[in-house]
Amino acid sequence: MESVEQKRNIISTLWNDKEKRAVIIQIFSIAGLFALVWFMIGNAISNLDALGKGFSFDFLFQPASYDINQHLISYTSRDTHLRATIIGIMNTAMIAVAGIILATVVGFTLGVLRLSKNFLINRIVYIYIEYIRNVPVLLHILLVHGVVVHSLPNPKAAMTFNDSFFLTKRGFFMPSPDFESAMTVVWIALAIGIAFTFWFRRYAKRVQDETGKIFPVFLISFGAVVIFPVLVYFLAGSPITWEIPVLKGFNFKGGMVVRPEFLALWLALSLYTAAFIAEIVRAGIIAVSHGQTEAAYALGLRPGRTTQLIVIPQALRVIVPPLTSQYLNLTKNSSLAIAIGYMDIVATIGGISLNQTGREMECMIIVLALYLIFSLSISSVMNWYNKRIKLVER
Amino acid sequence: MRVTQIAAVAAALTMTTMTAQAGTLQDVQARGELNCVVSTGVAGFAAPDDNGQWSGFDVDFCRATAAAVLGDGSKVKFVPSTGKTRFTLLNSGEGDILYRNTTVTMSRDADLKLTFLGVNYYDGQGFLIRKELGINSAKDLDGASVCIQTGTTTELNLADYFRVNGMSYEPVPIETNEEGITQYSANRCDVYTTDASGLASTRAALDDPSAHMVLPEIISKEPLGPAVRQGDDEWADVTRWVLNALINAETLGVTKANVAEHAAAAGDNPSVNRMLGTEGDMGAMIGLDKQWAVRAIAHAGNYAEIFEANVGPDTPLGLERGINASWVDGGILYAAPIR
Repeated sequence: MESVEQKRNIISTLWNDKEKRAVIIQIFSIAGLFALVWFMIGNAISNLDALGKGFSFDFLFQPASYDINQHLISYTSRDTHLRATIIGIMNTAMIAVAGIILATVVGFTLGVLRLSKNFLINRIVYIYIEYIRNVPVLLHILLVHGVVVHSLPNPKAAMTFNDSFFLTKRGFFMPSPDFESAMTVVWIALAIGIAFTFWFRRYAKRVQDETGKIFPVFLISFGAVVIFPVLVYFLAGSPITWEIPVLKGFNFKGGMVVRPEFLALWLALSLYTAAFIAEIVRAGIIAVSHGQTEAAYALGLRPGRTTQLIVIPQALRVIVPPLTSQYLNLTKNSSLAIAIGYMDIVATIGGISLNQTGREMECMIIVLALYLIFSLSISSVMNWYNKRIKLVER
Repeated sequence: MRVTQIAAVAAALTMTTMTAQAGTLQDVQARGELNCVVSTGVAGFAAPDDNGQWSGFDVDFCRATAAAVLGDGSKVKFVPSTGKTRFTLLNSGEGDILYRNTTVTMSRDADLKLTFLGVNYYDGQGFLIRKELGINSAKDLDGASVCIQTGTTTELNLADYFRVNGMSYEPVPIETNEEGITQYSANRCDVYTTDASGLASTRAALDDPSAHMVLPEIISKEPLGPAVRQGDDEWADVTRWVLNALINAETLGVTKANVAEHAAAAGDNPSVNRMLGTEGDMGAMIGLDKQWAVRAIAHAGNYAEIFEANVGPDTPLGLERGINASWVDGGILYAAPIR
């Protein structure tokens, strides 16, 4: 009797102590979670066994046997599923990088315009942002693709610029550069220009800190990185020959091509994400107290310098964290590519390879892991940038 | 499409081992409905009309199977699938049987763990092209943009054909036949390739069918047939013999119109008697009653009737029987006898 009573006491003491109770609940929750995961994995394994399918990644080294229309590195249907996957990764990376750049440029522009005191500009941008934000991105993708494919001309009636750029519903064809050996000199010139710019920026900052003298840093950097290499290029006798696309049979051959699928996905994703970025930028700028601007004016800074030195650095602190998640969204939304037949990760390893080999579990694990890697990489770069620009507290 | 795939994997994860193995026949009878995986819409083979009613060649085979198993050919739930999702839908238990212009291949049979029941249409891959391009042979397709359904055998044949013939092409991947028609109509691709039967169906659905033609080359063997999950032999037997019964019914002269008459009393052809249950009890061997084949044939008729009604010369598709004629008429359609 006594021992039962004692036991009951111990349990009630443990349960009534807030901290101990929390620990107990956590232990049970974790045990429950593990049991659930264990059950799911066990189930998947036994189901695969029941179907007689082993778990193996050997299929990655067999020939993929299908063709992919857009590949940055060489690829034929004789290459392995692994190489097809790499092509898919590169295509996803390409759309992510190009999309992030365009979305940022357009987003920042729209965000600033949204704050314009001009009523018309302000309203137009407002309506544009609200329309874009409130329609699912898949519809944007399908719409842009439909417009590109239906409104652009056939290859035989291509819109042309200077007979070397051709716009058709099969893609945007342009000349591709063919570098001659003398091009090395130009590359070296470019490297020197970049190195000089880095050194010069530091030098200019030091001089300004010490003497207050301000150099036209932007103009000099531009000269070093752009004008100097271009001059060297012409001095070296223009060592690039351009391969111009020509209409042969069904399509244009030679040169470079941006396919309508890439174009549609890129525009749709960028414009969609840009609308969100615009709102983030607007919020970031508004978040900088007006007192800051007034203080800057009081110190005699011009409006341009005020924006550059006072407003933007403080706005960025507010902008960057949500901007990171927009970049992640853009990258993840690129998986909608399959809807218009753009061959990204989901379409290659998670689509055709999966279907031709029947390895659902393995392919899905690869796809999930790849997106995780993509997202974590973007996050870590953005976190590093965020740390760099955050307010230095004294 | 992506969502269905993930959903199917999730379904495979959570599905208990019981449903993967137990008798599909009993499951279907208990449910009172046959889940038949078909395409998302290939006119003449499987397509829903304006009222959501499915009809077509493959659809009639589904209904005949339902009639044999459940006694009512209307008790079918059609599960639309793309070329990519069809096997996952079947293997995860969403469907009981797959009737979706699916090519029988060794890797699908062995590696994807399917059991093929036979062939209901002998097909081959062809090319649909605009007449105005003036192309008369597939060998002249160098440099063309080709619309191709992903996740199909045609995708692999296409890659092989162009590689072997030293030609280049731009693959334009699409998910469904409707999307293929849209892209081809918009001239995003010069050529649409799929099974010749599918091309006939696509051509019929175009605005001006006479402006398009199917090139003479058939570049592959595409025996299209139904499949079930591997590991349930009893269910495979049931469905296989429904298919065989429909094919045999043609050569035995049993039609939708006269099947009731034949089944009323034993006639003088023992093959007909065995099939229609007036002699012996073949149905019991596959877990059904004596009238199983009668119901299957009564629903949509024998193979010839199903063919004529959906894809034959009098339909918009206008397909000839060709090699799909019965073996007695010089074709290769031949089913094992019911005895």
